[in-house]
Amino acid sequence: MEKLIAQIKQGKVWPFPGGIHPPGQKTISTGQAITRLPLPDKLVVPLKQHIGANGKLIVDKGQQVLKGQALTKPVANWSVPIHAPTSGVITDICQMPSAHPSALPELSIIIEPDGQDRWCTLNPVPTPSLLSHEQLIDIIHDRGIAGMGGAGFPTYIKADSRKAIEYFIVNAVECEPYITADDMLMREYASGIIAGIEIMQQLLTPTLTIVGIEDNKPEAIAAMQTAAAHNDKIIIQTVPTVYPSGGEKQLIQLLTNKEVPSGGIPADIGVLVQNVGTLFAVNQAVFEGKPLIERVITVTGNTIHNPGNVWALLGTEIKHLLDCQGFSPVPQQRVVMGGPMMGFTLPTVRIGVVKTTNCILAPDHEELAEPGPEKACIRCSACADACPASLLPQQLQWFAKSKEYDKLKEHNLFDCIECGACAYVCPSEIPLVQYYRVAKVEIKEQQAEQVKAERAKERFELRKQRLEREQEARQNRHKRKPATEKSADEKQKIADALARVKSKPAKDDDKSAVATAIARAKAKKQNQGADLEPDNSDVALERAARKEQARKYKEQKAAASTTDGDKAAPADDKKAAVAAAIARAKAKKAASSTTDSETAAPADDKKAAVAAAIARAKAKKAAKAEQADSLEADQTQSETAAPADDKKAAVAAAIARAKAKKAAKAEQADSLEADQTQSETAAPADDKKAAVAAAIARAKAKKAAKAEQADSLEADQTQSETAAPADDKKAAVAAAIARAKAKKAAKAEQADSLEADQTQSETAAPADDKKAAIAAAIARAKAKKAAKAEQVSSVEKDNAVDETTPTTKNQEPGTEAQPEQTAQDKKKAAVAAAIARAKAKKLQQEGSDK
Amino acid sequence: MKLTMASSPHSHSHKSLSKLMQTVILACIPGLIAQLYFFGTGVLIQLILALLTASISEAVIMRIRKRPVWPTLSDGSAWLTAVLLALSIPPLAPWWIIVIGSFFAIVIVKQLYGGLGFNLFNPAMAAYVLLLISFPVQMTTWMPVNDLLANSISFNQQLSVIFNGFTSAGFSVDQLRVGVDGITMATPLDTIKTDIAHGLTITESMQAAIFNSWLGQGWGWVNLGFLIGGLYLIKAKVINWHIPVGVIASIAVCSAVGYIAAPGTEPGVVFHLFSGATMLGAFFIATDPVSAATTNRGRLIYGALIGLLVYLIRTFGGYPDAMAFAVLLLNMAVPLIDYYTQPRTYGHGVNK
Repeated sequence: MEKLIAQIKQGKVWPFPGGIHPPGQKTISTGQAITRLPLPDKLVVPLKQHIGANGKLIVDKGQQVLKGQALTKPVANWSVPIHAPTSGVITDICQMPSAHPSALPELSIIIEPDGQDRWCTLNPVPTPSLLSHEQLIDIIHDRGIAGMGGAGFPTYIKADSRKAIEYFIVNAVECEPYITADDMLMREYASGIIAGIEIMQQLLTPTLTIVGIEDNKPEAIAAMQTAAAHNDKIIIQTVPTVYPSGGEKQLIQLLTNKEVPSGGIPADIGVLVQNVGTLFAVNQAVFEGKPLIERVITVTGNTIHNPGNVWALLGTEIKHLLDCQGFSPVPQQRVVMGGPMMGFTLPTVRIGVVKTTNCILAPDHEELAEPGPEKACIRCSACADACPASLLPQQLQWFAKSKEYDKLKEHNLFDCIECGACAYVCPSEIPLVQYYRVAKVEIKEQQAEQVKAERAKERFELRKQRLEREQEARQNRHKRKPATEKSADEKQKIADALARVKSKPAKDDDKSAVATAIARAKAKKQNQGADLEPDNSDVALERAARKEQARKYKEQKAAASTTDGDKAAPADDKKAAVAAAIARAKAKKAASSTTDSETAAPADDKKAAVAAAIARAKAKKAAKAEQADSLEADQTQSETAAPADDKKAAVAAAIARAKAKKAAKAEQADSLEADQTQSETAAPADDKKAAVAAAIARAKAKKAAKAEQADSLEADQTQSETAAPADDKKAAVAAAIARAKAKKAAKAEQADSLEADQTQSETAAPADDKKAAIAAAIARAKAKKAAKAEQVSSVEKDNAVDETTPTTKNQEPGTEAQPEQTAQDKKKAAVAAAIARAKAKKLQQEGSDK
Repeated sequence: MKLTMASSPHSHSHKSLSKLMQTVILACIPGLIAQLYFFGTGVLIQLILALLTASISEAVIMRIRKRPVWPTLSDGSAWLTAVLLALSIPPLAPWWIIVIGSFFAIVIVKQLYGGLGFNLFNPAMAAYVLLLISFPVQMTTWMPVNDLLANSISFNQQLSVIFNGFTSAGFSVDQLRVGVDGITMATPLDTIKTDIAHGLTITESMQAAIFNSWLGQGWGWVNLGFLIGGLYLIKAKVINWHIPVGVIASIAVCSAVGYIAAPGTEPGVVFHLFSGATMLGAFFIATDPVSAATTNRGRLIYGALIGLLVYLIRTFGGYPDAMAFAVLLLNMAVPLIDYYTQPRTYGHGVNK
């Protein structure tokens, strides 16, 4: 280290690789001393003029402020206050375009100067050596000092370095062409800068302070050497003029032969760099108590009449600077904030000067030609030769163009300081730096995306786990029921149903089936209308109650209706059954969310209904032997069913029956009989015509029957009286076929719509002929199809809903989906009914004609 | 006020692709003059044919690719390729040799790979190798220097030979190549190779008329011309010194080693450096930026390997000269060389 210091003291510098020699153009603006601009009409002072957080606003709109008065108060980390550049009134606090390449709006304080330029009370410290470290840091912090060389890093942070600083480097290189602000500052305020350096020496206690100045500023070097003569720890080092020797990393290498590790900061290697302008501001802040409210700015370029350096208040609009120096714009005028290598063009001249603004360059097209069209890269590597960071810009460019981010990182894209040397030398005029900037942003975005994606993935995994857990819990809950209890339940139901059916014929047997049948028929005839009405009202009441419930749980409604149907009328209408089937399917889906009792009921119902259907079928079979009984059972069923029916169902049933009737009429007296019993029982739903037609038909049939067979006549009459026993072979066969069909369908589908259908056909069956059977089959098939389609869609919907919404909400989507379906169902069923009705009428007419 | 936005840097060195190419073409002039002086004006005819073919080929391809013709043509890269190819082939080669070569260089080697900047191989050298392999006779019929010719030939006669195959007097190229002593003459490298193969020593071989004590007559001057042009290119910062230095140093070291090992059958360092295409290759061919290595360390390696291959093929291979083969072979190695010779980036690998 001693050797290094000795070398440094001998004036040795260690040139960095690369670098370029653009025309300096500095003499344009060094012809005259720094002038002071007249007060502008307004100042636009952005809250954020440095790297770090905004300070907290402590002034209001309309408030009178004094020069140097703090406008914000530091709050968070790295926040630096701003101060009123002159006395005046705050006319507005609003978003204004910022002095940044993006020109994104920043919250800014608009001050209208009162022209008096009255200072607030200042607290100068004549002997800072008496102050403690913390006091000095506080002064630097409170006076709003931030790096004035480029990035605007808060100076108090750097000055309070936790790491030991061996070399304190003062950056007075000013390597960018055109800019002479630091040069002029050193020429005129060398002693002030040295005083600032000494304050930093007090804070940082470095072994050596090296002031690096390019050899194209002999006046500044001389002035600084004179001013620093008394302090042997300050070395004024002349460095060769190479762009970008003013880059922090390059300057460190140049002056100390050290390199800042990639991704590190100079303090890591015991080095700290400050810009001369910043040090002068430190001096002003401490010795005069003045906050950072003005700075030296070079206003230059061929379109400026009077190029030179000016003291500009922070917040002075660029327009004011240009106007004061005289400005005649050319077409497609560029106004650059900063130098020609790293400066950025401004979208408007109504942007305020900030702490980092060192130059306003307004060139014409002769001195800085507009970039030509980008040509093919010939891999000449002139860029690599110019790169001060020893990167391979040419290869980075290929990777950036092809968006090979891994290769870019591998080739150390992030060590690029964007000095622009590569683009400067590129014979193909490729805007290399622009490619790197874009690529850097994209990589950063990609990394942010990756972090986001990882988080999302984590969340998704957790959710999946949770759902799996819930699913498992749900399944466990239901497995207990369906796997063990339910099957038993089912069996029980079947057994019950069987018992019920069996018990009926047994009872009838006791009493004489014929007698009861007659009695029933008579009773019916007597009070055709009256008989049903009370029944209906009873059920209506019940239903009203149920509807109340249904509003809350539609599945439950379906369940309830089927429960009803289970007891009274499995032979019930299509609609209710279809609805019930859908409801059950839903209920199954929703089962997880609803309580056990809720879910158990519909599920049970379904099974029970199936069971009942099977039982019924069986019962029928059994009844074949004793046909009167079965018929009765049938009738009882339809009787009991009727009240539970709603109108439509009744109509549909009537139609079905009517069809059967017609067919029967046409063919057999036997079937006619059955028909009649049916029409009697179902009478309330039958219209007069039908009745009349039936009566005529019956009469005819009787006649025909008489003519044909004595036996059949007898049977006929017995039937008409007893509504029962003497079936001929044909009818029995037909019934058997229908039943078989019903069974099959029931097993395959388990959908009650079909059952209902079948039950209907069953009731009609004994009297059925082929036509009726075919018609019924078609109707059934249609109903089946509709039911299936709907169920599938409903299941799908349900599934979708289940997946997307938490399970606890399952109930809701289920109930939502249901009405839709039932409505659709109703339509279809209604259409089917209408068709059936029409057919029935036709047949009826034909029959009556006969 | 409407301001124009642009991305930094706003300043440019005013270097341009076309200037770069022009400089290289200009740097060929000393070598070209030497060739003209010693081997006749045939090279000028070849040059014109090459420039015409290359320009037309490039223009047609640009038209087919629906790109502007002039901006591409004016970058000068096609012309440079044409010039290098014209300088490489025998001056009295039939006209269709240079036409095929220029067409192949521009259309196949450069444009089919995507145009300037995308070609893997040096277009001029790829075309040269194509011609050498396809038309070995025409491509090796180098004339001896004018002084040695039995029948000195005028510009018109050269024109006639190039386009008709015979002079107006009815001499074919082979007849023209007959020297004053009635012996058909080959290039110095060829002569040495043949003589060594016939068991002669270098000293014996050097007795031939085409040699003047050290070097082949004319060839030394031609190489000197390209050396001068190459040094100008380095000075003008058009090329970096690494590749030429790599090539020349490598050939020098190899031939020195060879000479020390077998002085009787080795012509020595100076002969190798100033014969054949050594200087043209070292400064103009191997330095083609598109197909050469791009890192400075890589360029040294690239150049050195070219030199090594040149020496090996000249000494042990079937061809008298080898610049084209060496360059093409190393073109293939460029991505590998570049990958392993990345410079140390600032701040990386420092353990301070």
